[in-house]
Amino acid sequence: MSAGGEPRRTPLYQLHRELGARMVEFAGWEMPVLYSGIVEEHLAVRHAVGLFDVSHMGEIEIRGPEALALVNLVTTNDASRLRIGQAQYSAMLYEHGGFVDDLLVHKVADDHYFLCVNAANQEKDYRHICRYNRFRAEVEFASERYAQLAVQGPRAPDTLSRLTTTDLAAIRYYHFTDGEVAGAPARIARTGYTGEDGFELYLAPTEAPRIFRELLRAGEEFGIRPCGLGARNTLRLEARMALYGHEIDASIRPAEAGLDWIVKADKGDFVGREALRRLATEGVRRSLAGFVMRGRQVARDGYPVYVEGRAVGWVTSGGPAPYLNKNIGLCYLPAELAQVGRVIQIGVRGVPAEAEVVPTPFYRRRRLNQ
Amino acid sequence: MYPTDYKYTREHEWVKVEGDVGVIGITFHAQQALGDIVYVELPKVGTQAVQGKTIGAVESVKAVSDIYSPVSGEVIEVNEALAETPELLNRDPHGAAWLAKIRLSAPEELEKLLDAEQYQALVAEES
Repeated sequence: MSAGGEPRRTPLYQLHRELGARMVEFAGWEMPVLYSGIVEEHLAVRHAVGLFDVSHMGEIEIRGPEALALVNLVTTNDASRLRIGQAQYSAMLYEHGGFVDDLLVHKVADDHYFLCVNAANQEKDYRHICRYNRFRAEVEFASERYAQLAVQGPRAPDTLSRLTTTDLAAIRYYHFTDGEVAGAPARIARTGYTGEDGFELYLAPTEAPRIFRELLRAGEEFGIRPCGLGARNTLRLEARMALYGHEIDASIRPAEAGLDWIVKADKGDFVGREALRRLATEGVRRSLAGFVMRGRQVARDGYPVYVEGRAVGWVTSGGPAPYLNKNIGLCYLPAELAQVGRVIQIGVRGVPAEAEVVPTPFYRRRRLNQ
Repeated sequence: MYPTDYKYTREHEWVKVEGDVGVIGITFHAQQALGDIVYVELPKVGTQAVQGKTIGAVESVKAVSDIYSPVSGEVIEVNEALAETPELLNRDPHGAAWLAKIRLSAPEELEKLLDAEQYQALVAEES
């Protein structure tokens, strides 16, 4: 990583500057935080379509006759259930059951899995996987070979279909295909981090600037907006998707984060399984809960949470939710206090502000076609 | 862009002196950096502001940012309009979206602040 050094740039850096983006450093990368404004970009994704450069994300490829055995040892979900062309949300854990990272596992072929991991964790993830590779499997750190673009929103299929001969309708949610976009080979996955329909495209870095421009042109009539990490964060928060370093990290176990559904304890051995089994007998002590602020105060990451004057937890992510027009957040609470309807107080800059625990996700799209 | 009869801080607040009262606010550059502003935490009337110390905060969709008082003195009025329309800060930061009026207790402090030209140079340097 570039810790202490110059932040890295994606192949689209120059284009972001041309488009007037405001750049920030995130996870060691110089990334656009916004172009026109977070609210406008957020709403474009909810109502129409938005385009994100997420080339900072990491890619790791695992190949070989025992690729599945390695994938299933280092991840919690059951990769053996995947069919070719299917993707799966999963996690990598330490032996003690805390998160190394969360990730997407794509099955490209019986002997080939493609992992998409978080930018800040990619080198760590790669080392972690290699450490457990006692199989006939080859692990490749492939981030340099891929740029990643996300086309997200209800008009994402209309936008992308103008630039591809690949049959997008045939790609179901959490599936992918190796096709082409604007004449360039692309892995087209129907996945995303916004709570909307849409696609994540993995393509050659050299092609990314041209394709980004062509996508902006193709989506023009639908009102496409280039979107930065600011909107990416508010969108994923409304959809209650975890962000490493916030909802999950090495000290958090899947059940606490509400992610036990990606842990398949009966699939056979995997790293962290023993610790989770032990913890299961003790029960979950803390639990991730969604809340809505009752007033206009804004909860932010790291703020303390109180119940009846007692400090009981902390905010993992918080902020205004542009689509819902409420101030929302996620926090860790003792499991017995995390019921919907409970009134909690958030310490907003030293002053307690009332909030109420609510069901999550805060936002759920209406699914028409799948 | 930056009124020449205002004084500015390095933390992007402004003050306009009217007699013994300083009207304070945040600068165009500050609101632009913050983006969509959703909430303004103002001091209470009667608060003793101290130059360079926090007297409130501005919440945008992106982040929260402290407001540092450009001058010392008693807060005699706050801009109640911002409670209902915080987005005014994005539209008119140097005018209608003033934050508070402070009765100056140490007018000599104004000497420490930047004039419009110096502030503009600071902004150019930062962007």
